[in-house]
Amino acid sequence: MAKDDRAAGAGTRAAELANVSVESTVALLRELVAHLRQQRTVLREEWARRITEARLLTAMSEEEVFAEATSVYDNYVEALETGTFEALQAYARDLSERIIPRGVETHEVVGIVLLLRDVLARSLFAKYREDFAKLNRILDAYEPAANSIANTVAVGFVQERERVIRQQQEAIRELSTPVLQVRERLLILPIIGVIDPQRARQLTEQLLRAIRTNRAKVVVIDITGVAAMDKAVANHLVQTVEASRLLGATVIVTGLSPEIAQTLVTIGVDLSEMATVGDLQGGIEEAERLLGYKVTDLHEMTQPQPS
Amino acid sequence: MQVPILKQGSNLIASIQSSLTDTDLCQLRDALVEQVGRFRAKGLIVDVTALDVMDSFAVRTLRDLAHMTRLRGAETVIVGIQPEVAFAMVQLGLMLKGIVTALDLEEGLAFLDARSRAGDGHA
Amino acid sequence: MPETDLLVTIAGEADILSARQRGKEIARTSGFSLGDQAVIAVAISEIARNILLYAKRGEVRFDVVNDGGRSALVIVASDRGPGISDLELALQEGYSTSGGLGLGLPGARRLMDDFEIESQKGRGTTITMRKWRRNA
Repeated sequence: MAKDDRAAGAGTRAAELANVSVESTVALLRELVAHLRQQRTVLREEWARRITEARLLTAMSEEEVFAEATSVYDNYVEALETGTFEALQAYARDLSERIIPRGVETHEVVGIVLLLRDVLARSLFAKYREDFAKLNRILDAYEPAANSIANTVAVGFVQERERVIRQQQEAIRELSTPVLQVRERLLILPIIGVIDPQRARQLTEQLLRAIRTNRAKVVVIDITGVAAMDKAVANHLVQTVEASRLLGATVIVTGLSPEIAQTLVTIGVDLSEMATVGDLQGGIEEAERLLGYKVTDLHEMTQPQPS
Repeated sequence: MQVPILKQGSNLIASIQSSLTDTDLCQLRDALVEQVGRFRAKGLIVDVTALDVMDSFAVRTLRDLAHMTRLRGAETVIVGIQPEVAFAMVQLGLMLKGIVTALDLEEGLAFLDARSRAGDGHA
Repeated sequence: MPETDLLVTIAGEADILSARQRGKEIARTSGFSLGDQAVIAVAISEIARNILLYAKRGEVRFDVVNDGGRSALVIVASDRGPGISDLELALQEGYSTSGGLGLGLPGARRLMDDFEIESQKGRGTTITMRKWRRNA
C-alpha cells in the first residue's frame, strides 16, 4: 500500500514539475522581454557599436544605422514578446526594400541580426550569472525564439533580394530581345540562338504586348538564326502565331529550315496554314504587300524623271 | 444588363465592362442575337478588353454567338483580347476557328467597313 | 496571410469568379508573371465550374509553398460529389474537337505544371494542381 502511495506521489510530483516548467517558459520570456526593454538604450548602443566594429552596413551613415538599429531592436523584442512574427516579417520586407538599393548584402543583414542575438545573450549572461540554473532556463526560452527571428529576417531579406534580381534579369532579357517596329503596323521579331521554353515564353509575351502597343497588323518572325527547335519550342511557335492572330495580327514565319519544318509537321502543324517565306527580306516584302504598301523598285527610282 | 450595346450605322457594338458569370454570358449572347435580328445589323463587335480571364465557357459562348449572328446575316468581330488572355487561351487549346478577331474597336469597325464595301461591289 | 483568404467555397456561379480572382491575386503577390496569372485564373475557372456542374458544392483552397528556393502556388479543389467513375476518359484530350460540355480537366491539366486527381464514385473528387513560379 505504502509503495503505491509513494509511486502515486512521485507521479503527482512529476506532473507538478511538468506543469511548472510549461508555465515557466511563458513567464521566463516575459521576464526576458522586460529586461530587454529596460536595457534598451544600453543594448542598442552596444549593438550599433558592434555593427560598426564588424564593418557591416558601411553603405549607411551612422545616424541611419542607429535609426534602423532602433527599429530592428524594437521589432525583435516585440516578436519575442508576442511569439508571432507577422509584424517582424513585414518590417523585414520593408527594411530590405529600403536597403537593397543601397547595396547592402545578405551577409551584412545576417551578420547584424546574429550580432543582436549575441549582444542580448551576453546581457542575459551578465544578469543571471549568479543563478546558473535560471540562466539555463532563460536561455532555453530565448534561443529558439531568437533563432526563429534571425531566420525570419534573413529569409525576408533574401526573398526580397531574389525578387529584385528577377526584375533586373527580366529587364535585361527585354532589352536583349528587341521586337523591332520597322514600319507602321509591322513588327519584326528576329530570333537568334538557342531557345529554351522559358525564353520562348518571354518572347511571346513581349511580342503580344508589342502587337498591342504598336497596333501591329503584320508580324514577321524570323528564325533563320535558330539552329534547332525541339517539339516543345515548336509548339510554342505555333501558339505564338495563334495568339497573335487573336490580337488581329497576321504572322509570317521566315527562315524556316527543313529540319524545323519537319519538327513542325511532326507535332501536327499544317504548314499550308502557316504563312512562311524563305528569308527575312522576302517576309518583309510580303508583309508590306499585305499592308498595302507600294513597293518601289530601286531601279525605277534612279531613272531620270521626265520633266 | 450591365453590358452597354450601341448602334452605329448597321453595326452593333457591345462593350463588356467587367467579368461576367456564365448566366450573364448566356443572357448577353441571347440579347445580342435578338438585337441583331431586330435591327437587321450587318456587323456586331464584342469588346472584351475588360475581361482579364477568358475560359472555355466564355469562348464557347462567343463562338456560339458568332455562329448564330452569321445565320442572321451579321458578322461578329471579337476585339480587345488582352495579350495575357490570348496567350492563356492558346495554351488551353481553345480554338477560335471561324471567329473573326481584331485588335480593338477601330480595327474591328475597319474590318466590317471593308467587308460591307466589298459586299456592295457585287450586284 | 489570414486563413480565410485562402479558401473559397463554390456554391454558385459567382463563386467561380471569386475563386479565380482570388487565385490570380495570390499569384500576383507571390511574384508570378502576368501571363502565368492569366493561366492560373483559367485553370481555376475550369475546375471550379466542374465542381458546380457535377457536385453542386465544393471548395477551392490556395497555398504557396517553397521548395528549395522555388515557389509554387498550390490549388486544391475538392468536393463531395458523385465522383468520376472513369478518370481516364475524363482526362482525355477531346477538348478542341468536342466543343460540347467537356470536363475542364484536360485543359486545366495542360495549363498547370503538376496535376493530380483523386476521385471515388459516390465519395467525391479532389484535384491538386501546382504552378511553379519561374525564377528569372
